[in-house]
Amino acid sequence: MKTEVKLSKNHYVIDENQPHIIPADHPDRQILRQLVNVCPAGLYQLNPDGSLSFDYHGCLECGSCRLLCDEKTLARWRYPAAGYGVTFRFG
Amino acid sequence: MDDKFDVIIIGGGIAGCTSALLLARAGVNVLLLERAEQAGGKNISGGRLYSYSLETILPGFAQSAPVERQIAQEKLSLLTHESSVTMDYRHPEFAQDATSYSVLRARFDPWLMEQAQNAGAQCLTGVQVDALIQENGAVCGIQIGEDRLDARVVVLAEGANSLLAEQHQLVKKPQPHTMGIGVKEVLALPQSRLEERFSLENNQGTAWLFAGEAIAGKAGGGFLYTNRDTLSLGLVCNLSVVSNGKNTLPQMLENFKQHPLLRPLLKETELLEYGAHLIPEGGINALNPPFGAGYLIAGDAAGFCVNAGHTVRGMDLAVISAQAVANTLTVALQKDDFSTTSLATYQAHLENSTLWAVLKQYRSLPDTLLQNPRYFAEYPQMTSDILRELFEINRHPAPPLRSILWKHARRAGLITLFKDLIRGARSL
Repeated sequence: MKTEVKLSKNHYVIDENQPHIIPADHPDRQILRQLVNVCPAGLYQLNPDGSLSFDYHGCLECGSCRLLCDEKTLARWRYPAAGYGVTFRFG
Repeated sequence: MDDKFDVIIIGGGIAGCTSALLLARAGVNVLLLERAEQAGGKNISGGRLYSYSLETILPGFAQSAPVERQIAQEKLSLLTHESSVTMDYRHPEFAQDATSYSVLRARFDPWLMEQAQNAGAQCLTGVQVDALIQENGAVCGIQIGEDRLDARVVVLAEGANSLLAEQHQLVKKPQPHTMGIGVKEVLALPQSRLEERFSLENNQGTAWLFAGEAIAGKAGGGFLYTNRDTLSLGLVCNLSVVSNGKNTLPQMLENFKQHPLLRPLLKETELLEYGAHLIPEGGINALNPPFGAGYLIAGDAAGFCVNAGHTVRGMDLAVISAQAVANTLTVALQKDDFSTTSLATYQAHLENSTLWAVLKQYRSLPDTLLQNPRYFAEYPQMTSDILRELFEINRHPAPPLRSILWKHARRAGLITLFKDLIRGARSL
């Protein structure tokens, strides 16, 4: 099953105005590859031209990407504001 | 609401709620803040709660708490690409405090928070703490947007991804190799079919762990817990291992689900939820001091978690650390002393508890077992090869067991095998 389909089963309230994770402008490719590997929601994707596609919708708020890099790769990492983000109904 | 609390607790998981419960019982004016709209709404755990520690605080809790099933069967499987070797153990009648239960946190945590509230704790959900307030080098409150709440002491129980503690340099940012990442699916399976499929009766449950090919021969493993009418299925993998590996984590989970041992167990299930969570697995050597002027750190946030391969413990240790929080703070509040020296009794309470004994027992595990790929790749393969030769009957005469064992042991390298055996046994 595709990860997007899995994420679609979750309950989210998306904060459209405030991305809680923002990649930096010129991140290191090696580190990006690590984020691609680890993100359980598959939110990091490397394009053939080497650029990064990233979508904060669907984030599971695990924090694994944050631990793998610093602000040179992710300019912002915080939790979504209260009332937003994923809500686990089973957990 | 009072504008000054004795204790503010950040995080409504097991450590936070249990601390709130015990402090409220002791008559302390305590406020608990949780960022999810409901307790448990942001919490994930593999799903097994060992009951002994909570039992001392809430005797007989499982009779009223929304637990899923009492674990009666333990299974441990070594997987190769297409075969598996499984140990299957059924518990005899449990001693009362030796039980364990599968739990779903979005159901369990609200109940635990309610126990804290019934004891007199104020619990607010849907509240995101933005910062701690420090004065004269001591934590003395918290900041929520423009609002400020004062406390005599603050307990950080914000979980494994401990942003606030890091932001204020109370702990160091964890190294990737000291953290595991767990992914988990909750899969619906009607109760009667679940019980049939796993040979369970009444309220019994199965806890099943998988090593080896579960995560492509890497350090880590799979898990499957039976809930009332769902399965909790997932993988745990060391963060530095998966980040440098060939497969993505979602792909590893999909491969795991396609293993011939797993596939029939998951047939006709329906995915209800997909989640992920960090797991501290650096053990005692990766801990930061869990206290300082005006604050204590409890549960996952303090790194109180042990992945021993055959058991994964976090929730029971969170309860023990909450007990130590309460013991420390009731005295500190009486003395009105929240200095580092006063709160250092937290460390002493921890060191005198089972929690510390457990952490010490497994202190070399992260370095030996988890960093040695042979345990996860070669030995499952070797075990499987031995059993195949033992059970495979064809037109050739079967080799005697001793020569099968000898052949495989020699192939693995006798000295390496012997060393790994001793090291593995020692680290457990």
